[in-house]
Amino acid sequence: MSASKGRFGDHGGQYIPETLMNAVIELEEAYEKYKKDPEFNEELSKLFNDYAGRPSRLYYASKMTKDLGGAKIYLKREDLNHTGSHKINNVLGQALLAKKMGKTRLIAETGAGQHGVATATAAALMGMECLVFMGEEDTVRQALNVYRMRLLGAEVIPVRTGTATLKDAVSEAMREWTRRINDTHYCLGSVMGPHPFPTIVRDFQSVISKEIKEQMMETEGRLPDAVIACVGGGSNAMGSFYHFIDDGNVRLIGCEAAGKGVDTFETAATISTGRSGIFHGMKSYFCQDRFGQIAPVYSISAGLDYPGIGPEHAYLHDIGRAEYVPVTDEEAVCAFEYLSKTEGIIPAIESAHAVAYAMKIAKDFTPDQNIVITISGRGDKDCAAIARYRGEDIHE
Amino acid sequence: MSDIGKAFENGKAFIPFITCGDPDLDTTCRIIKSMAENGADIIELGIPFSDPTAEGPVIQAANERALSGGVTTDDIFDMVRRIRGEVDVPFAFMTYANVVYSYGSEKFISTCRETGVDALILPDLPFEEKGEFAPVCRKFGVDLISLIAPTSSNRVAMIAKEAEGFVYIVSSLGVTGTRSVIDSDLGPIIKTVRENTSVPCAIGFGISTPGQAAEMASISDGAIVGSAIVKMIAQYGKDAPRYVGEYIKKMKDAVR
Repeated sequence: MSASKGRFGDHGGQYIPETLMNAVIELEEAYEKYKKDPEFNEELSKLFNDYAGRPSRLYYASKMTKDLGGAKIYLKREDLNHTGSHKINNVLGQALLAKKMGKTRLIAETGAGQHGVATATAAALMGMECLVFMGEEDTVRQALNVYRMRLLGAEVIPVRTGTATLKDAVSEAMREWTRRINDTHYCLGSVMGPHPFPTIVRDFQSVISKEIKEQMMETEGRLPDAVIACVGGGSNAMGSFYHFIDDGNVRLIGCEAAGKGVDTFETAATISTGRSGIFHGMKSYFCQDRFGQIAPVYSISAGLDYPGIGPEHAYLHDIGRAEYVPVTDEEAVCAFEYLSKTEGIIPAIESAHAVAYAMKIAKDFTPDQNIVITISGRGDKDCAAIARYRGEDIHE
Repeated sequence: MSDIGKAFENGKAFIPFITCGDPDLDTTCRIIKSMAENGADIIELGIPFSDPTAEGPVIQAANERALSGGVTTDDIFDMVRRIRGEVDVPFAFMTYANVVYSYGSEKFISTCRETGVDALILPDLPFEEKGEFAPVCRKFGVDLISLIAPTSSNRVAMIAKEAEGFVYIVSSLGVTGTRSVIDSDLGPIIKTVRENTSVPCAIGFGISTPGQAAEMASISDGAIVGSAIVKMIAQYGKDAPRYVGEYIKKMKDAVR
């Protein structure tokens, strides 16, 4: 028996059909080779800086700081990246890797559409074919992003199976990958799935915490006291946490989508309501019934509407290094409106979950302490849905 | 040792699949009996899963039908317990890792032993992750079936060496479902399997016609058919046992 790879404590691994094993092994070997290759890294840095607009700003939110009355609030502005979210970091890395591996076609899953748009963008830039799987319900919630992907030359496949949301889009992308492996790279969008994806995606997203660290040292001369990010699969959170894991004094806080509340069935808060399971290629925590059937989850945010969490987050939870807290739809919508009115920044509804929790705890800190909130994406895509939530029917 | 080996003693084996609880467990029982009477050598019993990532649309729909009917792992064990006295064909459970893991591996696999399930097929458990269940399977004498795919290439020998029960050869790329043509070159894979194990091998994925079954059985030790049968159940519902029985007879005659 050969050893399982890609473990974070008990979590992770490679629970996938045999058909895909050589594909993930090939990916792992290519990644190990290129991550140490100066030419690859130079190319990627150039794409990050010249194309995606990195480094992203660390903005001191003075009005919010004053209003909340506690810690100084900094916003890590991933929403200012090209394509409007942190997703581009991972996608540029994976697309470049896929290209080096001789792949000509990218497939991806998407929830809110941000990862789909980022993948379609990278495919257009690098002259690759692109196919995006999106739950049918999400194609309705995020119609504008569907149009953006098509405009960028990608084909969008609405997924009607199961709950017709993000988890079904992941399942369908995995099925497509088993159909066509030779020329296709599955550009997975979060720190989840079988090894090596959780590690690859984390590494490409870790540019976020690398920059936060440098920027905080430059402006405050010290590390932040807390870093707060929203968690679905967990890529922007993992990217925001990574370079702080060894800095024990920095609190790392992941905000899960509680939907209508963790005491209801309409929730997607995996750490709060799930338990250990094996799904989508990994062992981690999942929302499921007592027979292991994956639960239909709910959140107002299509990007956090996922029944699992990346294995490294599950591990950080187990060892107590990171805290995971539930934030409801209502709290997130209030934070969405608050940040828009207070700072003139419309955050993605996903990121608004992190803003909401920061609003709750800011006053527990002293004015010489700092909180960094990662604004993982911009909220233009959510305006119609939030208007509907507030009872106003607007058309995009 | 389980009874799986015996299934290959009467010439080439025919191995049909069915999703338990589709459309209900009473019909499943009658289909199992009909399969046994008409020459099935092993019966693959699918425990439905909410998100069967290795299945095509036909078996996905069967999983949804079964789960919306409320069937659970406990109900399926009860059914197996009831029917074991009447049917002596070996049973193999086919399900997903989480169904076993979440039930408690020890509890699930010991109940397999107790109810008379001989083998376990988990399409999302590759060689590298066998350690999750293999020690418990060994403890209770349940065969953990290894799968080999057309993309396995350099992995075939390694997998075959540790195979038990039978080797499940996946005929082609992609998910389960009928295919008009199976064009993978399985010859070299089967040759490597033979060189590395004495355990028999059967081919599945994409087979629906007697001609395909005969062709696949001619190069291996048996043929596995799922989607074609599940389609029949979707069409005939509670009347399916008779139609499935006729089909099994035809297919068994073809592989013999």
